[in-house]
Amino acid sequence: RGLLTRLNTPICIVCYLAAIVWFMGLAFEPFTLRTDMSENAMGSTMVLLRGASAVPRQGVRSSQKTGAVSTWLVKAMQSRGLEVFTQSFSRKLPFPDENKERYMVRGTNVYGILRAPRAPRTEALVISAPCSPGDSNNQAVGLLLALAQYFRNQVYWAKDIIFLVNEHDLMGTQAWLEAYHHTNITGMEYSPLQGRGGSIQAALSLELSSDVITSLDLILDGLNGQLPNLDLANLFYAFCQKLGVLCTIQGKLQRNDWDTAEGYTHAAQTMMLMVLKQACGRSWGDHGLFLRYHIEAASVRGINSFRHYKTDAATIGRLLEGMVRKLNNLLERLHQSYFFYLLPSLSRFVSIGCYMPAFGLLVVILLLRALDLWVHLGAPALAAVEGVTEAQQPSGPAVLTVLTPVVISHLTGVALYLLPVHLQEMAVEHFPVSETEAVVLTAVAIYTTGLALPHNTQRLLSGEGTEQGWKVLKLTALLYLAVLLGCTALINFSLGFVLAVTLVPITASMTPHMPKALSALVMVLLSPAFTILYCVFIYQELIEAPVSVSEGWMLFLSVISQGILDHALYGSLVYPLLALFIYPCWLMFWNILFWS
Amino acid sequence: MAAPLTLLLIVAVTIRAVLFRSSWAELISERVEVVSPLNAWKRVVEGLALLDLGVSPYSGDVFHETPFMIYLFHFVVDYAEIVFMVTDGITAVALYLSIQTYNKNVFRKQKYALESDRYPADCLELLRSPKEMFYIPLKVAMFYLLNPFTILSCVAKSTCGLNNAIIALFILCTLKGSALLSGILLALATYQSIYPLTLFAPALLFFLQRLYIPVNLRRSSFWFFTLQYAFIYVGSLVVITGLSFFLLGSWDFIPSVYGFIFSVPDLTPNIGLFWYFFAEMFEHFRLFFICVFQINVFFYTIPLSIKLKEHPVFLIFMQIAIISIFKSYPTVGDVALYMAFLPAWSHLYRFLRNIFLVSCVLLACSALFPVLWHLWIYAGSANSNFYYAITLLFNFGQVKSLNLISHFT
Repeated sequence: RGLLTRLNTPICIVCYLAAIVWFMGLAFEPFTLRTDMSENAMGSTMVLLRGASAVPRQGVRSSQKTGAVSTWLVKAMQSRGLEVFTQSFSRKLPFPDENKERYMVRGTNVYGILRAPRAPRTEALVISAPCSPGDSNNQAVGLLLALAQYFRNQVYWAKDIIFLVNEHDLMGTQAWLEAYHHTNITGMEYSPLQGRGGSIQAALSLELSSDVITSLDLILDGLNGQLPNLDLANLFYAFCQKLGVLCTIQGKLQRNDWDTAEGYTHAAQTMMLMVLKQACGRSWGDHGLFLRYHIEAASVRGINSFRHYKTDAATIGRLLEGMVRKLNNLLERLHQSYFFYLLPSLSRFVSIGCYMPAFGLLVVILLLRALDLWVHLGAPALAAVEGVTEAQQPSGPAVLTVLTPVVISHLTGVALYLLPVHLQEMAVEHFPVSETEAVVLTAVAIYTTGLALPHNTQRLLSGEGTEQGWKVLKLTALLYLAVLLGCTALINFSLGFVLAVTLVPITASMTPHMPKALSALVMVLLSPAFTILYCVFIYQELIEAPVSVSEGWMLFLSVISQGILDHALYGSLVYPLLALFIYPCWLMFWNILFWS
Repeated sequence: MAAPLTLLLIVAVTIRAVLFRSSWAELISERVEVVSPLNAWKRVVEGLALLDLGVSPYSGDVFHETPFMIYLFHFVVDYAEIVFMVTDGITAVALYLSIQTYNKNVFRKQKYALESDRYPADCLELLRSPKEMFYIPLKVAMFYLLNPFTILSCVAKSTCGLNNAIIALFILCTLKGSALLSGILLALATYQSIYPLTLFAPALLFFLQRLYIPVNLRRSSFWFFTLQYAFIYVGSLVVITGLSFFLLGSWDFIPSVYGFIFSVPDLTPNIGLFWYFFAEMFEHFRLFFICVFQINVFFYTIPLSIKLKEHPVFLIFMQIAIISIFKSYPTVGDVALYMAFLPAWSHLYRFLRNIFLVSCVLLACSALFPVLWHLWIYAGSANSNFYYAITLLFNFGQVKSLNLISHFT
């Protein structure tokens, strides 16, 4: 037991450094595995791609109004022999979305079903292209129609293929998916679907913004950090290599020089971008919402980066045809390959067995500290074995002193979760700000108010705090944080890891006996809100668009508003997790710091 | 002590009422950790609907409650929420009064032993003072009422709460010394789910101890009392079963309730050990393993009774714990009942070396149950092995904590 106490701090420091080194080492190529097709049904067949090159495409005229676009689409799909249906949906956002400039959203989804000629209608595949009026995804819609025409003439389809053109990107997809699966989790109003296929096995979303494409970017990150099966990424990569199309992930091309510093940095940057994107829990492409219904989906985005080598639409058509044919051959849903992975490049991946120990080392620090505290708390009782001791009542008052900060912290968390959206009208009346700014600034205000709160109330309610009191509180808070981070990491590893990296050092070492001013500064600098700020800056650095401090601050505010909107519209869990659990936990440690 | 108890009851009722009115109630009543096919409210409603139509509620293999339960709810189904809250209150008050009686007995014995100098010198710090024993019944009631497991079970309207109330009343009557009431309540508890049968032995030992009858198989007084108690118990059981027959007019309930408990046909995942095993079992061996698993629940009575015959109340606690770990369809409500007893032995906690690790394991498992269920059923990234691993770890934690606590004697 004495060993545990003496070696505790050195072991904790070693574990933390080991965790960071392990994580950064994940991008190092010899530690990663080569991606390979794991699904038998997709590997063995060679598809001969005749391609849609012979069919001329027609771009959607962007000057047409909304209604005209959907009628035009209906006619175009019908003339290609599909069963066409439309769905209208509407939703009032909790506050205006300044990034996409919308508040009252009304739209129509148009989708056409290509029935499989010889098979029973039990399974379906979805190819979707988001298209809003004034948006620039015309090429994708054109490609969709061309593919529809080409597919219509083939006889080998075993699954129904649904060609979906959704309006208002994620909201249209959400409305369509909810209607398809007869659920209503986000409170959207939609008309029911008139026609259905079978259960959807896989989905692809296309975003082609210009005529000229030089590379295709694969987007895998979905809602709440969920990822599709790695086989889908492997499939895409295999076809890109076969057809000679340049493919990127996170917008970065692969490099072959893994043994140089630049090569390693490149892979590490790609992996960090994936971690940051996964941690923020939003769906980075339309495919992200399919994953919730256990439908493997990925988004393919065409990028024009002004290279010499250009890919024409015919090759992209053949790529998609190949992918859809391979998906057509599936006997059951993709499940052979990994669901949890990180990609430093398209041909290398890190599986959950490799990256979890990094997180495990961080949680071990919390557990070691908790064990140490338990031993210290139990020691006085064991020391007084001889003689009749006065029966202590440690449990009575100690529970009360622990309960007060816990309840107050959680009430502040509930306030942070509920008040910004509910109080926006009041804030707009009294201050000259727009609704979005009101919501975000209220959230920031409540966050900072929380810093002042526990400081005073603890003294008011429980009188003089004892030495034992803060230890019991710290023990509870450490275990609470460990369980919370563990559950988060199981569902969304990146979020759990990013939070652990900043929260674990301060929480493990926090005692009331440290210099107050310095530790308070460090605690605030490593609090969840600042973690988000750092992530914003690091993200901007990684996508090679560094921002100044003021721009970074504006981005940070827009990230908060997007987080709240994502939670209200699509059910993203990042904002409630941070407001209701992580922030109260951090407040408990803040309370320990100012324990007197 | 009435005032703190009343305050506690009010707080508990408020929490439950708030949760009943929120949107969480529906979510909780579908969680497999909280309800099982034996005690789900959904099935009670189904049985009531069938009864109203004039059909036997046991047709269709949905309803597995006893006829008493269906008739009780036939009259109070409109006030179901109040019934469950009142039941929790009854359990808490019964536990409070029983632990109060137990503490009085223990303190009296301690006083006599102290006066006759039977304690060695180094055990003196284990003696309990009246002051600390004053708060223990309140702590027991608090542990039951404010336990998240109990609250979840109540909000889900799982009839496990009613079973717990009957067992708590049985313990109260046993500790107060009324053999008749104790026998009748034990028969009622056995009638509800068979496993409380194992509580016959500790109750018998308690009465023998209380009446100063030595547990000696050759003494006629021992057999005389045993036969009396057994007669009360078996007689009440027969009367209750007969009444059930007359209530519904058929013996349908025996295969539906007791056959279901014993043969475990429904393999919905829960926090128990049966479902995964029997999902993978070949039909050929099913009967053998059913027997093995069921004997496992009843078997521990014999060695435990022999070892713990001086401490029948502790034996009751151990038996309830063993039932709730090894029964065929456990839920968190069963776990909450035996956890409520832990403060009664709080003076011995300093001797539990590994209790911290074990309670961390139990806490982490309770948090991981919904996470892994979500990953298995909704995200599709995990499978049943992960969920069963957590179930195994949870039960292992419970067994280990029982192991540690049994070192008290």
